[in-house]
Amino acid sequence: MKDLSQTWDVLVVGGGNAALCAAITAREAGCSVLLLEHAPKAFRGGNSRHTRNFRSMHEQPTDVLTESYLEEEYWDDLKRVTGGNTDEQLARMTIRASAGVTGWMRQSGVRFQPSLTGTLSLSRTNAFFLGGGKALVNAYYLTAERLGVTILYDTEVLALKMEDGFVRSADIAYRGYPETVRAKMVVAASGGFQGNLDWMREYWGDAVDNFVIRGTPYAKGKILKSLLGQGVAQVGDPTQFHAVALDARAPQFDGGIATRLDSVPFSIVVNRDGDRFYDEGEDFWPKRYAIWGRLIAQQPDQIAYSIFDQKCVEMFMPSIYPAKKANTIRELAVQLGIADPAKVEATVAQYNAAVRAGSFNPGKLDDCVTEGIMPPKTHWARPIDVGPFYGYPLRPGITFTYLGVRVNERAQVMMDDGRPAGNLFASGEIMAGNILGRGYLAGFGMTIGTIFGRIAGQEAAKNARN
Amino acid sequence: MPATETITIGAVTQIEALADARHFMEICNGCRYCEGFCAVFPAMELRREFADADLNYLANLCHNCQGCFYACQYAPPHPFGVNVPQAMAQVRAASYEQYAWPRPLARLFQGNGVVVSLATAGGLALVLLLSMLFRSTQMLTAWPVEPGAFYVVIPFPVMMWMGLLTFGYALVAMFMGARNFWRDAGTTGVATRAIGEAVWDILTLKNLGGGGDGCNDRDESFSMTRRYLHHFMFYGFMLCLAATTAGTVFHHFLGWVAPYSLLSLPVVLGTLGGVGLLIGTGGLFAMKFTDDPAPKARGLLGMDVAMLVLLALSALTGLVLLALRSTGGMGIALAVHLGVILALFVVLPYSKMVHGVYRGAALLRYAVERTGKPLGTE
Ligand SMILES: Cc1cc2nc3c(=O)[nH]c(=O)nc-3n(C[C@H](O)[C@H](O)[C@H](O)COP(=O)(O)OP(=O)(O)OC[C@H]3O[C@@H](n4cnc5c(N)ncnc54)[C@H](O)[C@@H]3O)c2cc1C
Ligand code: SF4
Ligand code: SF4
Repeated sequence: MKDLSQTWDVLVVGGGNAALCAAITAREAGCSVLLLEHAPKAFRGGNSRHTRNFRSMHEQPTDVLTESYLEEEYWDDLKRVTGGNTDEQLARMTIRASAGVTGWMRQSGVRFQPSLTGTLSLSRTNAFFLGGGKALVNAYYLTAERLGVTILYDTEVLALKMEDGFVRSADIAYRGYPETVRAKMVVAASGGFQGNLDWMREYWGDAVDNFVIRGTPYAKGKILKSLLGQGVAQVGDPTQFHAVALDARAPQFDGGIATRLDSVPFSIVVNRDGDRFYDEGEDFWPKRYAIWGRLIAQQPDQIAYSIFDQKCVEMFMPSIYPAKKANTIRELAVQLGIADPAKVEATVAQYNAAVRAGSFNPGKLDDCVTEGIMPPKTHWARPIDVGPFYGYPLRPGITFTYLGVRVNERAQVMMDDGRPAGNLFASGEIMAGNILGRGYLAGFGMTIGTIFGRIAGQEAAKNARN
Repeated sequence: MPATETITIGAVTQIEALADARHFMEICNGCRYCEGFCAVFPAMELRREFADADLNYLANLCHNCQGCFYACQYAPPHPFGVNVPQAMAQVRAASYEQYAWPRPLARLFQGNGVVVSLATAGGLALVLLLSMLFRSTQMLTAWPVEPGAFYVVIPFPVMMWMGLLTFGYALVAMFMGARNFWRDAGTTGVATRAIGEAVWDILTLKNLGGGGDGCNDRDESFSMTRRYLHHFMFYGFMLCLAATTAGTVFHHFLGWVAPYSLLSLPVVLGTLGGVGLLIGTGGLFAMKFTDDPAPKARGLLGMDVAMLVLLALSALTGLVLLALRSTGGMGIALAVHLGVILALFVVLPYSKMVHGVYRGAALLRYAVERTGKPLGTE
C-alpha cells in the first residue's frame, strides 16, 4: 500500500493526455506529484489512447508537417466549426502555443511520423503520432515514472472537497478502498462525461441505449459534476456531444477509430423506416462525417443503413466488419434487418429515377446530382443498380461531451462569482468547451489538452512552491 | 501446397493462425495507426482482402519488433484482442513448413529443434571421431601447428566434399523454399532498384527499428539491444563464411595449406566472426528470460533456441579448435567442430535459419510494391 498521507504539491486527477502533460510539467518544476487514474493500467490513457494526431500551427514545413499553417487560418478554421462559440483570447493563445510545444513533446518521448495515408488528409495541419495515441500515452507514462511522478491506477477520485474556492481534500477509492488525499494544488484533467450513460440519459432519454461510446468507459464526469455542484462556473451545452457515424456492430465502449464508416458519400442512407433523411453528398466526407452521428441519433431507434452497389465498394477505407451483401435490394434490406424491405426498394427506385447523369469524380465536388427528391443528393449521386448490393448498419458514436468548467488563460478554474478558484486548475476535455463550444476541428482536442496541461502544470508548480 | 490443419504452432493450427492474422489485419486496415513502424502496414494498406499467401508474405515481412503490440489500443485485454506480433509469428513459423522443400522433410519443423540439431551434430562428430580412430589411435596425440596437420586427422577431400555437399544441399533446399514462397504470393517482375532497396533493408535491419528507436523487448520502452545483437550474430556469421572462403582461396589458388598463422586472414576473420556470433547468440538467448511473453507466440521457443545453440556451438567449437590446435585435443576438437558445422548445414533448411531467406524475399517483394498507392485513400 502506498503511503498516501503526505500532502502533495500537486494532485492530478485523470490519466490521459491532459493529465500527463500537467503531471510531467509540474514534476519537471520540482514538485511532488500524485497522478490518479481510474482505469487499470491496461486501459490507462482515457480517450487520448484512441487519438492519432495533433493540430499544430507552423510557419514553415517541418519534418512532419507540410507547407505552413498560420495563426489566422487556424483561427478562421476554429471560428467556422464552432460558429463563433469560442473564446478568442484562449483560442489564440492555444493556437500560438501549439507551434512550439512539439519540442517539449518529443523531449518527453512522443514520436511523430511523416503522414502517409488515412481518409482525412491532414498532413498540412496535423502532426501524426507514431503508433497513435496509445504510443503517446505510453511515452508520457514512461517519462512521468522516470521523473518520479507517483502514479496510481485503478484509483477513482470520487469528489474534490471545496471550501471558499479552495480544494481542501480529495475523496478517492484506491483499488476500491476509500482514502483521503491532500494536495496544495489540484489539476482536474478527468475528461468529459460521455462514459456516463445515465447522465446522458437525462438529456437524451432511452436513446442513449443505442449510442456507442467511442472511447473510454472511465470518463464518467464524476469530478465535473462534483465541481459544478460546488460553485464552479460551467461552460458548454450539457446536452451536446460530438458524434460520428459508426458501424452499428461496434462494441458499446472503447471501439475507437477502427469502427467508423466512410461509405456515406458513395451511398444512400435510410433510416429504420426505409426513408432517406439527409443529403449524403453535401460535402467531402472529412468535412461532413461529424454531423452524421447527431443525424442518426435523431432518427427513430437511432439506427440507419448505408446502401451502395458494386461500383462503390473500393471507394472508401475498408471497414473492420464485413458489409451485408445481396443480389437484390430487397434481400439486402432483409439481411440488414429492416422491417419493411419493400419500402427500401421503393426508396432506392425513387432515388435511381432522380439521378441526373454527370461525370462522377470522387476527388472533387462533382456534378452528379439528383433532381426532384427530398432530401436531394447533391454530389456523387449515381444510380444504385449494379449488383451485388451492399449495406452497413450505422449508429451514432459519441466522441466527447461539450460540458465543462470555465477556466482563464492561466488554466485556473473559475467560480460562479467570477473569481478564480484558489488552488484548482483544469486541462483537457473537462475545459475544452471554453474554446470548442461546438463542432470539432480534427486534432484540436489533443492540442487543447497539451497546451492547457502544460499551463496547468506550470501554474500549479509556481503556486505550490510559494 | 495450401495451408493445412496438420501444420501446428504450439496449440494452434496453421488455419487458425491465418484466421487470427486475417482478422487482425482487417482491424489494422481500418485503423492504420501503426503505419510508421515497419513495412508490414504500408504493404497491408495495398490490400483489402488477405489471402493465405498475402498473410504469409506479411508475416515474413514482420520483424517481430513488437512496437505495434504495445502501441495498440486494441491489444488484450481489449475485447478485440489484437496481437499482431503473435499472430504473425505463428503464421510465419507455419509458412516455413508449408514452403519447405522437399515436402516430406517439412515435418522436421515439427520436431524438437534443439534435440534434432544436437543429435545431428553429435552423430556427425562421432562418425568423424570413429573414422579417425579406425585409421589410427595415434590421432589423439599432440599435433604441431604445421601445414597439413588438420588433413592428417580428416583428409582434405573428405572435409571439402562433406562441406560442399551439405552446404550445397542447404542452398538448393532454401532456394526451392523461397521459390515456393515467391510463386504463392504471385510472381512479379523485379527491378534492380528494388533489389538494392531490399538488400539495404536486410543489411541494416531497418524494420527492427520500430520507427527509429528500436524494438519493445520487455515493455513499452524502446531499445536497440535486439537489433544490435542480431547484427552481431548476422555479421559474425558472415565473417565466418568469409573466413571459410578465404581459407578455400588460400588452399586452392595460393597453395597455402591450413592451419594458418594467428594473424592470417582466415584466422582473423574466423575469430572475429566467432566472437560476434557468441555475443549475438548469447545475448539473444539471455533476452528470452526477460522478454514479455504477451506478444510472443507459444510453441516456438524450441525452434529459436535450436538455432541459437547451433550457431553458438559453431562459434564456440571453432574458437576451442583454435585454442587447442597445437595440443593433443586438436583431433577431437576438429571432429566436433566439423560435426557441428555440418549439422548446421544439414538442418539449415528445416530450422529457424530460413527466416532470413523468407524475410529477404518478402523485403524484395515489398521493395517492388513500394510504389503502389494505399487503397481507400482520397
Ligand atoms: C476514437 C477517438 C479518436 C480521437 N482522435 C483524436 C485525434 O486524432 N486528435 C485529437 O486531437 N483528438 C482526438 N480525439 C479527442 C481526444 O481523445 C480528446 O480530446 C483528448 O483525448 C482529451 O484528453 P483528456 O486527457 O482531457 O481526456 P481523456 O484522455 O479522456 O482522459 C481522461 C482520464 O481521466 C480519467 N478519469 C476520469 N474520471 C476520473 C476520476 N473520477 N478519477 C480518476 N480518473 C478519472 C480517465 O480514466 C482518463 O484516463 C479522439 C477521440 C476519440 C474517442
Ligand atoms: S496494431 Fe492496433 S493500433 Fe496498430 S494498426 Fe493494428 S489495430 Fe491499429
Ligand atoms: S511486430 Fe514490429 S515488425 Fe511486426 S508488424 Fe508489428 S511493428 Fe511491424
